[in-house]
Amino acid sequence: MFTVKDSFETSRTLMRDACCQGLLDAAEKNPDVVVLDADLVNSSGLKPFFKHYPDRAFDCGVAEANMIGIAAGLSAAGKIPFTHTFGCFASRRVCDQIMISCAYAHLNVKMIGSDPGVTASKNGGTHMPFEDMAVLRAIPEITLIEPSDPVMMRWLIGQLVEQYGVYYIRMVRKEAASVYEEGSTFEIGKGNVLQDGSDVTLFASGIMVEEAMKAATLLHAEGISARVVDMFTWKPIDAELVARCARETGCFVTAENHNVLGGLGSAIAEAAVQSVPVPIEMVGVKDRFGQVGSVSFLKEEYGLTALEIFDAAKRSIARKRG
Amino acid sequence: MAAKPNAEQLHSIAEGIRLVTLQTFAGAGSGHVGGSMSIIETLAVLYASEMRVNPEDPDWKERDRLVLSKGHAGPALYATLALRGYFPKEMLSELNQNGTHLPSHCDRMKTPGVDMTTGSLGQGISAAIGMALAARLDGSDRMTYLIIGDGECDEGQIWEGAMFAAHHRLDNLICFVDNNKQQLDGFITDVLDLGDIGAKFAAFGWHVQNVNGHDCGAIQTAVNVAKNQKGKPSVIVLDTEKGHGCTFSEGVCPNHHQSFTPMEMEEAIENVKKRLIAAREGR
Repeated sequence: MFTVKDSFETSRTLMRDACCQGLLDAAEKNPDVVVLDADLVNSSGLKPFFKHYPDRAFDCGVAEANMIGIAAGLSAAGKIPFTHTFGCFASRRVCDQIMISCAYAHLNVKMIGSDPGVTASKNGGTHMPFEDMAVLRAIPEITLIEPSDPVMMRWLIGQLVEQYGVYYIRMVRKEAASVYEEGSTFEIGKGNVLQDGSDVTLFASGIMVEEAMKAATLLHAEGISARVVDMFTWKPIDAELVARCARETGCFVTAENHNVLGGLGSAIAEAAVQSVPVPIEMVGVKDRFGQVGSVSFLKEEYGLTALEIFDAAKRSIARKRG
Repeated sequence: MAAKPNAEQLHSIAEGIRLVTLQTFAGAGSGHVGGSMSIIETLAVLYASEMRVNPEDPDWKERDRLVLSKGHAGPALYATLALRGYFPKEMLSELNQNGTHLPSHCDRMKTPGVDMTTGSLGQGISAAIGMALAARLDGSDRMTYLIIGDGECDEGQIWEGAMFAAHHRLDNLICFVDNNKQQLDGFITDVLDLGDIGAKFAAFGWHVQNVNGHDCGAIQTAVNVAKNQKGKPSVIVLDTEKGHGCTFSEGVCPNHHQSFTPMEMEEAIENVKKRLIAAREGR
């Protein structure tokens, strides 16, 4: 069970620190937990783990493909490896290693890809994954998750130790809005209804959850009742919830810090057209490359704002058949 | 513990594996004949002499591992495993048939005794490193063996792994390079010249041995030298011939994937049978 905070302020805990704390907790309980990074330990927040468990932490250098393959081998011998690199490298650069050495081989590898979308900020277009989830979504049986806040991030690590399979976690590295009260629990593969509503459903994850909540407030001021769902699991998509929201609210807006091709909007649209087809407006990156900029500038530039969601909701509602 | 087979016995075992491998291909009508033939003596030495395994318990935690990174040589491994008792020989007729347990490239989920899924070249070295690290973490003396192709050394991941294994002093990892001089498109020297493979691994910090890859005694000796190396991973560069011991494959270029007529296969099988009889009679 989760409890949603009354207001979303920036969390005092950075996402990477919540991740590291989760790994330290997990490693203490389970001697098989090991961590690998690809020359980003100074960025990933995993330094405390490397310090505390030097024998169970491996810095693989700037060799991401090798890192993922090593994780597969460790898992084949019973270990529970967690890997980290930036999301751009964690997905497209090692796609075949994830596909063959991990997923097709039915191994147990948990991968963290950090700095999703515009949060890559000053690292710019080379480091700004708008495509990581789309690239990985076509791999059978993989689970794709974008946690929304540090409480969920830390909880997630504990869950992944218990669950067998290949998982990709799309993690904001630094500040994130604080969405959930401490002690909240979740269910992988199930969306969280953060706020009920009857005119439209706003599906979001990651940094877009806060924008969706703001949009819902703006819509409320105009007498529109918006339901907000934190769809933190992109695959497998919660098709049951999508169908229920379609029946109960009649139209959707999806909001993602990602290309709208192949991402959260696509996954929700695929689920909706196979159950209860409804109008869907997609807020997200419209098939563009990244660029250098502050997060606030980039959110404006790519239309990842509450105002975009607000406008999209009105369009979506207008498209409902009377 | 039973005494290890000697070189002559291993030679006879190898010809037995070669015969069964060809019989396996015969049912399929085509396959990766060349690269399967070149690695057979090494598989004979590993499974009949050097590896600590239990065919009755293929998932035994303390077994030695083999990653056949050149996964297209799966048929040679399947014949070896069947003869070693992992599954009935009759199953070999399933090679590449619909719904098979024996796909053209190795699959750990399908075949008893196969330790890693391979086929996308270059990836096996990393998996083997992971297994070797796990053994070290477990405080276990189990070994990890790895077989890569020479053409496979074109892949950058091989050298990422080579660097990592040396840096971490993985002396529980032994890599064989099947240096059969050919890749799919032709001779290595024509497609992408690798230069001196052993020297490359030595430069990366590995212990290197160059041996005749069709001499079981030499391979057996080299493995034991490698096992006794402390503080660095070992590579054994096998001087082999692609298609070795198969009349329609040896000396042919390219011979990576071959189709054959029933008559060609029959001739190849008869040829191996003669050598096998001679080997069993002590030549």
